Amino acid sequence: MTTAVVVFPGSNCEHDVVYALESVGGSAELVWHRETDLSAFDSVVLPGGFAHGDYLRTGAIARFSPVMDEVARLAADGHPVLGICNGFQILCEAGLLPGVLLQNRDLTFICRPVHLRVESTASILTRSATVGEVLEIPLNSYEGNYTADDETLAASADQIMLRYCASDGTVADAHNPNGSSDHIAAIANRAGNVAGIMPHPERAIEDLLGSSDGRILLESFVASVGAVHA
Amino acid sequence: MPETAPLHRALGMTDEEFEDVCDILGRPPSNAELAMYSVMWSEHCSYKSSRAHLGRFPTEAPWVVVGPGENAGVVDLGDGWLAALRIESHNHPSFVEPYQGAATGVGGILRDVFTMGARPIALWDQIRFGSLDEPRNRYLFSGVVAGIAGYGNAVGVPTVGGEVVFEECYSGNPLVNVMCLGILRRDQLVLGTAGRPGSVAVLLGASTGRDGIGGASVLASASFDEESGAKRPSVQVGDPFEEKKLIEACLELYQHGLVVGVQDLGAAGLSCATSEPAARAGMGMDVDLDRVHVREAAMTAPELLMSESQERMMAFVDPAKVDAVLAVAAKWEVDASVVGEVKAGGTLTVRHDGKVVAEIPAASLSENAPVYHRPSGEPFWLEDLWTNTLEYLQSPDVGAALLQMLDDPSIGDPSWAYEQYDHMLFLNTVVGPGHDGSLLRIKGTSKGLAVSTDGNGRHCYLDPRRGGARLVFEAALNVAMTGARPLAVVDNLNFGNPEKSEVMWQLIETIEGISEACESLDIPVIGGNVSLYNETDGQDIYPTPVVGLLGMADPIPESPPRLDRATAGMEVWMLGPRHSRNLAGSAFEKVVKGHVGGRPDAPDATMARAVMELATTLAADDLAPAMHDISDGGFAVALAEICIASGIGATVAFTSWIGLFAENPHRFVAAVRPEDADRVAALADDAGVSVSRLGTFGGEALVLDNQGPEATSISVADLADTWRNAIRRRMHVS
Repeated sequence: MTTAVVVFPGSNCEHDVVYALESVGGSAELVWHRETDLSAFDSVVLPGGFAHGDYLRTGAIARFSPVMDEVARLAADGHPVLGICNGFQILCEAGLLPGVLLQNRDLTFICRPVHLRVESTASILTRSATVGEVLEIPLNSYEGNYTADDETLAASADQIMLRYCASDGTVADAHNPNGSSDHIAAIANRAGNVAGIMPHPERAIEDLLGSSDGRILLESFVASVGAVHA
Repeated sequence: MPETAPLHRALGMTDEEFEDVCDILGRPPSNAELAMYSVMWSEHCSYKSSRAHLGRFPTEAPWVVVGPGENAGVVDLGDGWLAALRIESHNHPSFVEPYQGAATGVGGILRDVFTMGARPIALWDQIRFGSLDEPRNRYLFSGVVAGIAGYGNAVGVPTVGGEVVFEECYSGNPLVNVMCLGILRRDQLVLGTAGRPGSVAVLLGASTGRDGIGGASVLASASFDEESGAKRPSVQVGDPFEEKKLIEACLELYQHGLVVGVQDLGAAGLSCATSEPAARAGMGMDVDLDRVHVREAAMTAPELLMSESQERMMAFVDPAKVDAVLAVAAKWEVDASVVGEVKAGGTLTVRHDGKVVAEIPAASLSENAPVYHRPSGEPFWLEDLWTNTLEYLQSPDVGAALLQMLDDPSIGDPSWAYEQYDHMLFLNTVVGPGHDGSLLRIKGTSKGLAVSTDGNGRHCYLDPRRGGARLVFEAALNVAMTGARPLAVVDNLNFGNPEKSEVMWQLIETIEGISEACESLDIPVIGGNVSLYNETDGQDIYPTPVVGLLGMADPIPESPPRLDRATAGMEVWMLGPRHSRNLAGSAFEKVVKGHVGGRPDAPDATMARAVMELATTLAADDLAPAMHDISDGGFAVALAEICIASGIGATVAFTSWIGLFAENPHRFVAAVRPEDADRVAALADDAGVSVSRLGTFGGEALVLDNQGPEATSISVADLADTWRNAIRRRMHVS
């Protein structure tokens, strides 16, 4: 089956995501945000970019794009739904993931590789990875600061998939690039079939470009396609 | 009653130019016509002070598809692939409003490239400011970087390199240059032509407003003084989301062959986007301003014709395909209006409120623009400058000097800026920012495109001809160190007030130097930009040409050299001519001695080519895992930067401290594996390039051993800390 990669006006990582999914054995197709029928797909990725310009709060308009009803249906039916960067922001705005993404602590855009520690394998993003494993993957965002209140964080502690860390896996404020709550870089829903990640795994699939650590995450996603996590 | 100045003067036109317009038309121009001539004949659009000299550039080569004069230069990469390249400046707007000035610079250069049918794949920014010790310069620097990031990241084109330079002469006049590279299939090439009679002009993109009126004539073509803040309304406001939609819509139009020609709307707005394509096609056009989609009511005809509202394109379409074009625009949520029709005869007729407001020969706006042969002369102060040299009787503290240079913001880590730019999008960036040259792959092919952009205002101030030539050679060497061979050059000539004879002399000398160097390497100049009047309160900037050089590696090296690939046991080599005794124009003299004087060394075209070809071979065959050209700060800084990036020390012997800091051209440092040493030496010998084997990588310190009683030793951690914080600490960021 094929993964739908949604293109909002202002998306810009859609071609990279298709390329990366195909490079790990997946099959993917671009779908315009006005599409209202995703019955031909059994999984979906919301890629990075600036959907609808993101002049309002990030993702706040994109959650109303026509395609989002179908994204919610796939999520509810237990199919894999992944949001990367702007896609993560949209999934939070749509209420499919807990929390929100705020501006980075230092109020500057950050584009550089960061280290991530795998915290859980109970999701479509991490099932093929190993807990404690450290991955080097590029971050590329201005609103990458994952934020949730204490109650939400307590309720979703088991849903944290990746945390920012040092190259040796140490988690500390000094290794948190954007001030995110509890150093969260990726989080899933309770069922594990909906996941959001702020760094870009599709940018870390070849050593020629600096790292191939993102492959394990995309392989997890592709391996999840077809399986239903109800 | 006070006398009011004639309208043409308020629009930046001289009395003589006004007379010329009257002669062309055989009558005084209407206000709308005057508006059109004033913007099209502005320095920014017409190059009237420089045009007479730009013909000197060599522009031809078998692989040139489109040379200067179109929106971007285009070269053939083979196998049906073309590359489009263009460089522009947004100096004046960025001084008045740094964020929007820089942002709209990015937007404009992108349109120049996707106008040609190309998908823009990468940007480079060359930015220059006064000292970061001044709050105003920190404001400008952070605003410009944020503007580049805000626009480039959102529009979805990576910014993969550039330059960040600080020098006092830019304090009142920062330089913000931006270059864009695009790629396309040969059958998608589109030119800025209006096509045949009957072709329909479709205006695509943002609505037209009063923003940016007179940007080209009022802002970009005059000098600054205390009143410059009042020019802020002449700066445009960018909307990267609108541009992103426009890019995708246009690329879809090209893909389906729906357009005859395309022209972007930049400086001079509708005046340019109607007259230039018509003139190129030898046609005229009927334009109806009432059909332009506008963002505010009651705009006058001159305002509509002069508006520089961003994110607009003019497509020329076969009448049978208009509906298809409008459908593509609608899909991408891009506004579109049919605003005109091409006709035979060469007359551009503009209607507004149902009345003819302008009726002029379309070609007269571009082809009849004035060409000035402004007086030029060697500056009276040049001899004094050349003889103003420093005498060195004893060695300085080389360790302290090295650290002082690494702490200089022009040499120190530029990542404070480039980590704010998305430099990875599209998964092409093999060698990215922080290196001498960038290397991008073209997916689905074996090809890699290498780019280096270089400027050195200090050298060009001391000797514009030598300085200009050395930029080309430096860029060519940088590109060679990625394994590529040079294909073409674009240049951005940032100069002072052309009404001063010494500024014209600097311009002419620079053009000569760049031309000679390009000729010696057989590379054409395929485009460029001239930015004049870079002066504030009568003080001109250093003459600052910026050269952007495109090269290709086919096949792209599997392991291209990178600064971070030196490992313990590799040898430290210096390749190229022996160091000079002349430190004129060097970072050492500027940063350590506070001196700018003397005459920089002349380049050597034969040596330049030999060194370049050797570097290409070493990079392509992975015989030098880390390579770094010797430029600002000399050998010592080049080696220190490899040590910092690789996280490893090195021990080298030297005999003359001047050799550590000299910046004479055509030299580079390389890390060479011991087992490759014989082969590298043989290749260098064949090429006629001398080598010095100066030491070995290893340990945790950079040891500079003068073979005297006490070697200089600095830990790599200290080098890195100094270098990494050169900009950060001045921007008050830890």
